[in-house]
Amino acid sequence: MDSVPPDRDLAAIGLLQDPVRRALYGHVAGASGEVSRNQAAEAVGVQRGLAAFHLDKLVEAGLLEASFRRLGKRRGPGAGRPAKLYRRARGEVAASLPPRTYETAARLLAETVEQAGADLELQVAARRAGREAGRQELATGPPPAVERLLATRGYEPYREERALRLRNCPFSSLAGEYPVLVCAMNLSLIEGLLEGIGEPAGRAGMDPGPDRCCVAVRDRPKATSKDNQD
Amino acid sequence: MAAHHLAQVNIATLRAPLDGPELAGFVAQLEPINALADRSPGFVWRLQTEDGDATAIRPYEDDRVMVNLSVWASFEALRAFVYATRHLEVMRHRRQWFSRMADPYLALWWVPAGAVPTVAEAKERLELLARQGPTADAFTFRVPFPEPADAAR
Repeated sequence: MDSVPPDRDLAAIGLLQDPVRRALYGHVAGASGEVSRNQAAEAVGVQRGLAAFHLDKLVEAGLLEASFRRLGKRRGPGAGRPAKLYRRARGEVAASLPPRTYETAARLLAETVEQAGADLELQVAARRAGREAGRQELATGPPPAVERLLATRGYEPYREERALRLRNCPFSSLAGEYPVLVCAMNLSLIEGLLEGIGEPAGRAGMDPGPDRCCVAVRDRPKATSKDNQD
Repeated sequence: MAAHHLAQVNIATLRAPLDGPELAGFVAQLEPINALADRSPGFVWRLQTEDGDATAIRPYEDDRVMVNLSVWASFEALRAFVYATRHLEVMRHRRQWFSRMADPYLALWWVPAGAVPTVAEAKERLELLARQGPTADAFTFRVPFPEPADAAR
């Protein structure tokens, strides 16, 4: 492993130094579905042509993916060109200096925990770590909103019905190989986090679905209708 | 129609008697999770006695070892049921109910569409997986093999 990350990853990350590109990437990556050039341009506050230029650079670098789809209902000749739509690319881009491969170690540790059947011990450890992290949040200021807390940890929370769902799994590839172990660990971690910031127990639960993290955080029960949501 | 379906077997060693308090949680979810499987996309068949599940079956001399055997239309359909439904929540509690077994305790293999695997065949596939590691004849979620391209075996 070389001391400098591969060109492709460095270039992709380097692209995001430009503030307009960063904002465009952030908007598309954070959107729930696909985004058109117009939508992205408007959201970021730049001209459509400039947005298109940057969005295509991001596609070239592998950070975004593009597809063509007719947005309106009309079909056939005269229906207009299909719109180019963007979404976050699948796959991961990372660069670490000095070189670090924590995934390799994580996989070995997960394999060992799995072989040893130490699921419950892992859940206990994760809960404790989450609680500690939650308490640290309280030590540095007022209790953060749950949505903010989860956002800073990379979960990409969004509201749906009476719960917060999480678009991103921070342990995605590891969870793919050890789903029961890692998803249970993740739930315990989030349970601990919520406990640490003083939330009532039982808000977090398993609710897996396609293209999202398996944990959902239910709203507080309707004891106080005023600030029920968080 | 696809030429092959995916069969799966998993075995588990009970920590305590099935009718005892320790296993109450497991027993309570048997019916709803089996019902969920039955109506999941791609579900084809599962082993059951007239009780509606497979818990009465003991394929090995060690009578703490239970078996689960099912058939699905595709690898993705099975994977989605096991890890992306309420079934995941049940699996989270596995250590409360089942001891850790020596690997492998789960095997996957392709069968001709419409074929129903027997417990004997399932045991053979587990043994195959133990001897050879994952191959096209017996594999795992982590090291899957695609549906055979040629005539069904």
